[in-house]
Amino acid sequence: MLDMTATVLRNFLSKTHTRLYPFQVRETFENVRGNLDIRIEECIMCGMCQKKCPSQCITVNKEAKTWEVDPYACVYCGICEECCPTHCLFMPKDYRKPARTKELNQQLQLKGPEKKKKAKE
Amino acid sequence: MATIVPFGPQHPVLPEPLHLRLVLEDEIVKEALPTLGYVHRGLETLASIRDMDQMVQIVERVCGICSCIHAHTYCMCIEGLMGIEVPKRADYLRVIWSELHRMHSHLLWLGLLADAFGMESMFMHAWRIRERVMDVLEATAGNRVIISVNKIGGVRRDMSPDQLRWVLQVADELEKELDLIKPVLTNDYSVKKRTVGVGVLTYQQAYELGAAGPQLRGSGVAQDIRMTGYGAYKYIDFAPVVEKDGDSWARTMVRFRELYQSIDIVRQLVSSIPDGELAAKVKGKPMGEIACRSEQPRGELMYYVKATGDKYLDRVRIRTPTFANVPPLLVMLPGCEMADVPIIALSIDPCISCTER
Repeated sequence: MLDMTATVLRNFLSKTHTRLYPFQVRETFENVRGNLDIRIEECIMCGMCQKKCPSQCITVNKEAKTWEVDPYACVYCGICEECCPTHCLFMPKDYRKPARTKELNQQLQLKGPEKKKKAKE
Repeated sequence: MATIVPFGPQHPVLPEPLHLRLVLEDEIVKEALPTLGYVHRGLETLASIRDMDQMVQIVERVCGICSCIHAHTYCMCIEGLMGIEVPKRADYLRVIWSELHRMHSHLLWLGLLADAFGMESMFMHAWRIRERVMDVLEATAGNRVIISVNKIGGVRRDMSPDQLRWVLQVADELEKELDLIKPVLTNDYSVKKRTVGVGVLTYQQAYELGAAGPQLRGSGVAQDIRMTGYGAYKYIDFAPVVEKDGDSWARTMVRFRELYQSIDIVRQLVSSIPDGELAAKVKGKPMGEIACRSEQPRGELMYYVKATGDKYLDRVRIRTPTFANVPPLLVMLPGCEMADVPIIALSIDPCISCTER
């Protein structure tokens, strides 16, 4: 009985262990794998990430020079980030923010830079 | 006159869909007829369209709670086929992460059981303690639950000395917190009233029906696959946790004592972890057949892999512990009261998505 009273008092007097998310957001740890992103200007459209991705959420179109990811199919394994030859893929440590509509988190499609044509001598 | 009452697939105490048709006479269960197959996802078949490296991420998704152990066992199979020797440090790290998974699985289960017999405060305390383990996983591996640290030949991430020190510190804190919960579990009248003598599985029944894990050890059979010494378990010293009564309380105590055992194993591993490489080089393709076993939080897990020298595997067969624990459940239920069914069903720690894959 006395043990219980001590626990009850401790729980009354201590801070809560939960947070009022999303108003109060916990700091994430270093090296956490968050939402996949790309520095598209460095991408060489090799398609390695598309080949290695276990959930096949990445689509690389070499002709149209587009790189596309479906964030709902991504499993946050970080394989693409490891195998990217130019290291242009990265996973920032912040998680995706909550949203009221799905449009805010829609597919990320980016167009790569046009190749510079060699000037004729 | 007998009445048939459906229990599940949607039931407040069940984390996953298990359907039992209970044949009742008054309030006493006479027979239980199970139905499985509500969450079949066809993960084994995916082996035909995903290559062997991608399968590591897919087998992790067989179970949300013990994902690291699934990937570890799958990698052991492929490494066995290809004759790869895993670096010692990778073995240690794999087992540290596996034991952290065991801790958070047992704490999650303890909370669910407490909720099943109506002790909501213990449910919240167990899950609050679990959150510390989740923090360690998130900081060291990058994700909270499905941590994706295993790859064929080793591990993908390392733990820094600071992180290893932090793991030890969290282990100490966990032990203190568990000491606070221990008297409630062991001495409390209402907990004992709901669990002691409920759902008894004798030594003989457990052995004959092929129960696995804490279910088997709760009935007095000292069998733990970790004793076979796979991974880094061969370098450390421990003994299986055994209780003799075979009732729900015995199973609860096995899992609770295994939490202390896991803390001890993590301490031993962290204090003796060697330096070195994280992964061995992988060359060629696997060929042949192999079966590997490991100890999940719920019991024995077995993987069978058949490869034909291609990057796509011919067959991946996964046998999970809950599949072995359903027949003993059907033996435990007859004779109990209707109100005890949720506790008995939870005391086997059912993981249905594991079972159906």
